[in-house]
Amino acid sequence: MPELVITVARFGFLILLWIFVFTVVGVIRRDLFAGARSGRLVAAPRAVGASLGQGAKPAKAKRGRAAHQLVVTAGQLAGTRITLGEAQITIGRAEDSTLVITDDYASARHARLVPRDGQWFVEDLGSTNGTYLDRAKVTGPTPVPLGVPIRIGRTSLELRP
Amino acid sequence: MTAPATPAPSPATVGEQPGVRLARSRRNAELSLLLLAMVLVAAYGAMVEANVLDTVTADFWMPAAALTAVFLGLHLAIRFLAPFADPALLPAVALLNGIGVGFLRRLDLAKATPAEREDLAIFAGTGGRQLAWTLASVILAAGLLALIRDHRSVSRYAYTLGLAGIVLVMIPAVLPRSISEINGAKLWIRIGGFSIQPGEFAKLALLAFFAYYLVRKREVLSLASRRFLGIDFPRGRDLGPVVVVWLISLLVLVFEKDLGTSLLYFGMFVVTLYIATERVSWLLIGLVLFFGGAYLAYVLGETVGGPFANFYLRAQIWLDPFADPYEDGYQLVQGLLALGTGGLFGAGPGGGQPLKLPEVQNDFIFAGIGEEIGLFGLSALLVVYLLIVERGLRAALAVRDSFGKLLAGGLAFTLGLQVFVIVGGISKLIPLTGQTTPFLSAGGSSLMANWLLIAVLLRVSDAARRPVTGVGGKAARPSGGPPEQLHGAPTEVIRP
Repeated sequence: MPELVITVARFGFLILLWIFVFTVVGVIRRDLFAGARSGRLVAAPRAVGASLGQGAKPAKAKRGRAAHQLVVTAGQLAGTRITLGEAQITIGRAEDSTLVITDDYASARHARLVPRDGQWFVEDLGSTNGTYLDRAKVTGPTPVPLGVPIRIGRTSLELRP
Repeated sequence: MTAPATPAPSPATVGEQPGVRLARSRRNAELSLLLLAMVLVAAYGAMVEANVLDTVTADFWMPAAALTAVFLGLHLAIRFLAPFADPALLPAVALLNGIGVGFLRRLDLAKATPAEREDLAIFAGTGGRQLAWTLASVILAAGLLALIRDHRSVSRYAYTLGLAGIVLVMIPAVLPRSISEINGAKLWIRIGGFSIQPGEFAKLALLAFFAYYLVRKREVLSLASRRFLGIDFPRGRDLGPVVVVWLISLLVLVFEKDLGTSLLYFGMFVVTLYIATERVSWLLIGLVLFFGGAYLAYVLGETVGGPFANFYLRAQIWLDPFADPYEDGYQLVQGLLALGTGGLFGAGPGGGQPLKLPEVQNDFIFAGIGEEIGLFGLSALLVVYLLIVERGLRAALAVRDSFGKLLAGGLAFTLGLQVFVIVGGISKLIPLTGQTTPFLSAGGSSLMANWLLIAVLLRVSDAARRPVTGVGGKAARPSGGPPEQLHGAPTEVIRP
């Protein structure tokens, strides 16, 4: 084997090794930056959240983007993401909830998120300590804008695009 | 690339965006990465032959092809059994495993006489045995994926697994030396020509038990505490299990003469405890206990000797390997020299002198590979390990139940810690211990246990990335209708 071929192959192999590493990183990049990207969007809809206490209309609360994820931002499950589909999401300590939260201040069946007309509604299921959308207590089905925290005990959840 | 299992998104919900972003299964990305990894393995094989034999034989691709076939089989199994599993795990592990097989085959080529070299069968020698073990392990991993359809079902057997783990750890300690001792460490069960390292499997079983135990106890462990020096310390009685595990790992250290395994078990437990409680105090307590125990063993080894003498000797070699470079320090000195010879870019696969390294097929495989691919290549392999661990931790972060979080987090950390213990050992960062390098070292037990670990991580990551959709006909409900009452609704448990 000529020396040149071996040298080229040697460095070619090392470069190929790193190309593999970077390809793997490229494949998982979406996951790595998913949190950062949605982080940027959180600050935007503050104004929407503030006007909620007065019972904003669903049409008004609906924004240009649809929610695709439910992200737990605080509490023991922080970092958990649920990709939203068509089904309602139940939240509580009961084992059969979609999101089982082990929070001392949560009830067994605490709240649920229901999709209707492309908008997600949060509804309290008669919990002991209540469900809060930003700072307003949730009494009836209330539309949830993107990025506004839903608070259940020590846990905070947000809808993200 | 969009998963076929995902129901079509309703126009009302996702009208503005094409497709649901995170609900992709990304299986095709996994397939192309896997093929790239296998191209690398084949290229490695070709270069080894070019360097060792001075020519590339016509069937250099056979081991790579065998590996490709079995990994493609696992890929297909994942498509059916865990369609949303992490796409990066399988190719990364496949690359490491393939390089390991290639390097072991390279050792066989170097050992063989010129006459034998030309037609070394693919299942011959250490490399061939490793290849056979890989086939068996991957089939077993696929079997585990098929058997465990929901990782939470593992928690049902937690106590059984915990007991099995402890028994597995203890077996080599109580067996007579002739059966269990290899190179001064009593970690094996040798039956005939076979040697099994039960501790490798014990770590999986123990971790499942730890995860289950801590999920049940996390509240009392994290809430009941006393504040001292600004750190929350747990109550004395809650420390019980930690102390028990600490004692077990110390016993392993003393009777099996293996610092690496005891460090592994103890680190595993402390970190799962930390993940469960989010208390830094556990890490501090763990570090203090471990270093205290190791120092005590060192002092006892110096003064009393007996069971501690081996540990004392290893620590001495670590402190100054060049004090006795031809006897006690021989392994470590040769390993350091190999890494030094490799330099930045290495001698090229097949270009080094790995046979000068004792135990190059096991403990020192990383030094042997390092001599040939250099720091540049070694760091790529380390990054691949890092990515595997990162994917495991990511799965732990994203999965929706505490048991899964602890299981995946603990397993990923254990894998990382094992790589740290052995790579730190051969590069003289910590005392050298007889750990295997995951997926690279020759050895069926280690390979099999680590593939099972990857199968569990795949299972958990599948649960973590699977989108929440209605089970059964639920999703078909017209979105304009009134929300149903919860009491009458079928439960929506996510059973991934």
